[in-house]
Amino acid sequence: MAGLQRDTDKSDDNNTMSGSNKEPQKPKKRTFSQKQRNMASGYMFISPFYLLFAVFGIFPILYSFYLAFFRWDGLGDMEYVGFNNFNIIFNDPLFWKSLYNTIIIGLMGTAPQLIVALLLAFALNSVLIKYKSVFRLAIFLPYVTSIVAVAIVFSVIFSNQESGLVNALLGMFGVEPITWTRAEWGTKVAISTMIFWRWVGYNTIIYLAGMQSIPNDLYEASKIDGASLRQQIWHITIPMLKPFIIFTVFTSTIGALQIFAEPHIFQGRAGRPEGMSIVLYLYRDAFGSNFFGTASATAIVLFFIIIIFSSLNLYFANRIGRSKKVGVK
Amino acid sequence: METNKNKAPIAKYLVYLGLVIVSLGSLFPFYWMFVMATNPNSMINQTPPVMIPGSNMAANFQLVLDSIPFWGAMLNSLIVSSTITVGVLILCSLAGFAFAKLEFKGRTLLFVFILGTMMIPPQLGLIPTYFIITQLGWLSDLRAVIVPGLMNAFGIFWMRQYIASAVPDSIIEAARIDGCSNFRIYWNIIVPTILPAFATLGIIVFMAIWGDYLWPLVVLQDQSMHTIQVALRSLMDDRVRDYGMILSGTFWATVPLIVIFLLFNKLFIKSITDGAVK
Repeated sequence: MAGLQRDTDKSDDNNTMSGSNKEPQKPKKRTFSQKQRNMASGYMFISPFYLLFAVFGIFPILYSFYLAFFRWDGLGDMEYVGFNNFNIIFNDPLFWKSLYNTIIIGLMGTAPQLIVALLLAFALNSVLIKYKSVFRLAIFLPYVTSIVAVAIVFSVIFSNQESGLVNALLGMFGVEPITWTRAEWGTKVAISTMIFWRWVGYNTIIYLAGMQSIPNDLYEASKIDGASLRQQIWHITIPMLKPFIIFTVFTSTIGALQIFAEPHIFQGRAGRPEGMSIVLYLYRDAFGSNFFGTASATAIVLFFIIIIFSSLNLYFANRIGRSKKVGVK
Repeated sequence: METNKNKAPIAKYLVYLGLVIVSLGSLFPFYWMFVMATNPNSMINQTPPVMIPGSNMAANFQLVLDSIPFWGAMLNSLIVSSTITVGVLILCSLAGFAFAKLEFKGRTLLFVFILGTMMIPPQLGLIPTYFIITQLGWLSDLRAVIVPGLMNAFGIFWMRQYIASAVPDSIIEAARIDGCSNFRIYWNIIVPTILPAFATLGIIVFMAIWGDYLWPLVVLQDQSMHTIQVALRSLMDDRVRDYGMILSGTFWATVPLIVIFLLFNKLFIKSITDGAVK
């Protein structure tokens, strides 16, 4: 009895201390257990996210699915059109072109980049190399610039004029100036270069962090067993880096599928077919032409494309990892 | 091992060579941006292109100021980025504390739900969100960027992980016995303990919002409300492009970030890796 009395006294004290938390429940003159109070504050502390998500997350997402089945110019009445919006975009060659561009630019911008990043991380992780922090700083610096700044700088580097930096360089080897913003592959090369330049340092730093997390004992033990450097790389470093590699491939893939700023700045506001990406296609449809129904349909297609690519990523990541492990054991 | 040692010098120099080339490739666009920003357009359009800084720095920047509200856009970016950063740090640490240290019904499910929202591409709800902003009367109003920006699932995840490992339950129990409310525990115990996590998440969020482009472009249509990213793009609109002016704007918009980065580069790099790797 006495113990119980003391307990309730204590909760009374707590209640006054945390008065602001408990305001809604004040009409009832009973005290709350620690458990109840934790529940109340728990829900209160997490509620801002769910409130914001209700308004700016779940509602817009559901509404996108709804809007995809209507014709709407943003002002007048909405007209139900069934799957017509999907028909329109699937019959639009520009949509397929934008999908193709997005995948090609994504591959060109990220695959070589991740390989170079891995090589750089190996170099920066080597005990033989000095001035590591200087190299690391130089390689990471591009990440600090915004994507818009990167796109502008490279738009000027890849300018169509003869005096443009890349054209002038090529000119020294007798190559005719290229109209980068209108050439099918010129555009893709320019945009992939932007992606490569900005992200290679970021991925290097992540791989480096991964390599530094590998315990040194593993290397020493393998040295005693007579493993060569190559064997160490294939049987220790790469398998131990697997989570880091999966992370970078995953984020690069999703980032590449959402490319927007680079083509939007490089080829001008209206966009052109050579650099059209899915998000730019969506943006132009919605905010350029006021076709909000087809733009929503595109958003939904993009969502499923991202899901498909993410699952493929995970599938391959798991398979590669498994065969590696078999090799080690 | 023996052969490795003999090969080492050549291999080592090759590695150095590679690192130097990549570093120069990384740094060159910065240098070149400066060269362009300080040269008159007539010099820029000659072949071969100029490679040394000129004397047109002030003139080019004046052209930028005539063309876009540079300082206003920088200020808008600063307001948006810092408000969101502070807001996200508070909201995410509160939620992270709840998920890490408070028992409540449905906790796991609610947390998994938050993780799930990280998988959704932001473009999926872009169009309806634009109409919500229109309905709220927030078009060309910084709130259009700030309020949705406060929703940060990654931040909650990151804070939960950090608080779960950095704050021992015993301290919280002790504080409860002393009669601390949950909010006082958060304010007096959790916040001082997780300052390093604030630095990390703060840098990640600030950088992301500072560089954000698509959403501000959609909702901040009025030129006076542009963030610096949207304003920089409009430098590219002129029919005849003045590259000296364009890169002058880009250069001076980038300089503050480079300075901040160079001052705090260790913390910066650690933040980016921690945020990615955890």
